Amino acid sequence: MAEVAVEARDAVKTFGQGAAAVRALDNVSVRIDKGEFFTLLGPSGCGKTTLLRLIAGFETPTSGQILLNGADITALPPNRRAVNTVFQSYALFPHLSVAQNIGFGLEMLRRPRAEIAATTERMLALVRMEEFASRKIAQLSGGQQQRVALARALAPQPSVLLLDEPLSALDLKLRKEMQVELKRLQSETGITFVFVTHDQEEALTMSDRIGVMRAGQVLQIGRPVEIYTRPANRFVAGFIGESNFLPAQIAGGRLRLAAGGEIAADDLRGRSGAVTVTVRPEQVRMVAADAPGALPAKVRAWVYFGTDTHCHLTLADGSEVVARLASPASGDAGLQAGASVGLILAPGSVQVLED
Amino acid sequence: MAARGTGLEDRARSAATRNGWALSAPALILLTIGAAGPLVIVLAYSFLSPGQYGNVEWRFSLDGWTGIVVTRDIFDGTLRLADAHLTIFWRSVKLSLLTTVITFAVGFPTAWFIATRPPKARPIWLFLITIPFWTNLLIRTFAINQVIRNEGLLNAVLLKLGLIAAPLQITYTDTAVLIGMVYVYLPLMVLPLYAVIDRFDTRLLEAGYDLYAGRVQMLRRVILPIIRPGIVAGSILVFVPCLGAYVTPRILGGGKLMMIGNFIELQFGQGRNWPLGAAISILLLVVVMIALLIYVRTLSNERKDG
Repeated sequence: MAEVAVEARDAVKTFGQGAAAVRALDNVSVRIDKGEFFTLLGPSGCGKTTLLRLIAGFETPTSGQILLNGADITALPPNRRAVNTVFQSYALFPHLSVAQNIGFGLEMLRRPRAEIAATTERMLALVRMEEFASRKIAQLSGGQQQRVALARALAPQPSVLLLDEPLSALDLKLRKEMQVELKRLQSETGITFVFVTHDQEEALTMSDRIGVMRAGQVLQIGRPVEIYTRPANRFVAGFIGESNFLPAQIAGGRLRLAAGGEIAADDLRGRSGAVTVTVRPEQVRMVAADAPGALPAKVRAWVYFGTDTHCHLTLADGSEVVARLASPASGDAGLQAGASVGLILAPGSVQVLED
Repeated sequence: MAARGTGLEDRARSAATRNGWALSAPALILLTIGAAGPLVIVLAYSFLSPGQYGNVEWRFSLDGWTGIVVTRDIFDGTLRLADAHLTIFWRSVKLSLLTTVITFAVGFPTAWFIATRPPKARPIWLFLITIPFWTNLLIRTFAINQVIRNEGLLNAVLLKLGLIAAPLQITYTDTAVLIGMVYVYLPLMVLPLYAVIDRFDTRLLEAGYDLYAGRVQMLRRVILPIIRPGIVAGSILVFVPCLGAYVTPRILGGGKLMMIGNFIELQFGQGRNWPLGAAISILLLVVVMIALLIYVRTLSNERKDG
């Protein structure tokens, strides 16, 4: 088992008093391994930034503990934690040059001048900003400021690097570039990254593991492929990627859709009675209406997305399903709205959701 | 780039220029008569000889200027260093610098406090700071005198508390002048400091804290450098009027502990040495100009650095 870099134990954080109190974090326990790229993913207000600020030390938990490399750091102020932050607004010092910004942390740690100069050099090279060393912050573009903020936070070689939605201020193209860049920096430095974002695509492409949060709670922790293919509940399934939700019944170890048809599901989680199942649109295959084992459905509409096309369908019980297919050359594959088709849900793709 | 203007456009442009001059004329006339004129007269007087009963005689002389540093003995006509003058200059500079330092020491926490109040409360605090400013300077200075004189409030309280055995002699000392000037000029320090602190991005404090800065390091390496334009502005706004202060040293210094302002007045009054008064006035003006130049340079550097 990997060593744990940072851990939150039963962390609770409430803001405000009495009736107006808000529980930003509700008994959150997370273990993040050394050298891991861990992403906290969730909509705004889910508590992901609060958790990050607890780890950084800007907030103290109402109850619970924060551990860094196994030591309890709950009571330590930010300047005594071997943790550095890349802020959403970058928060670079406007009165200092790029090099001075990067060297700031080491200078505060009273490291020898030669070491500061050498590390600053190395960091400038790492983020490919060598020729901007003596520039002032105001003379840099957003992407360049982003790199300086990264270099500044990496320079003191923290145990854990916290990144608070660092890419949200960049335009799409730059964001994609920086995603690759961040991944490279993480593997080159081997530092544990805790990354906060509300962008599910960012989370899926960059992370080793993702913690999905909602309303102050961590709903599911897992590798991107686990989160995507085995969402624990309806929120996770809906927040990450697109999903179809279908009513079903479990009886005698068998899963039966309300629309008719028995379905093979990997794990019924020992459940019985009425449940909701989920299936990703790309796992829904459209076949001929009379194909054996197919669910009867009617085409409702086509939505074109370029590389792929979504077909909206209605099942026998009136529930709606979306199928994603590689865009057919003809646009609608000769199936007008109202056409009858059969649907096959790919084996192993149907998940029974927790409530 | 636009093509060369047609005749019509040229005429319109020259008419605009003409109108511009015509419209600026009142201001220009006022500036000439009100500012440049008197300055030229003062400058000219500094190179003339003193008249016996004040005023000047139209005879060129450098005595006004040399009189700043040397004085001629009335009896044997020998030249001596005018140490009385130098004492006055030194007191002026010393008290002005001290006032600047103290107003900053008091004004910085005050401005920080105001800037960190909820936005709705800030104008109220700023108003409270400026209230004394709307009161007549003479009245404020006499009020301070009432507080610090031997039978005043301060001594009464200290005596009552048993902290002192006899009343402190504060009035008619440099300390009294200092207290008075700090009180009078404090708002001029607080307001520019407030303006920069209000714009200060407090997220930088989190960044500094995150990067291992302690309190002192945060102040020295983050806060003070960033609010420097406000510190310079406040210091100039306090230092310059202090240097020429007249009312405060007159009342609280008892007329004996003179500052430059009082000394100039003396030359035009009892001293009957208008050229000396004029020369010192010009000198004071030059010192003030240098201070302002430093200020402007600081600001333009700030902007260049962006």
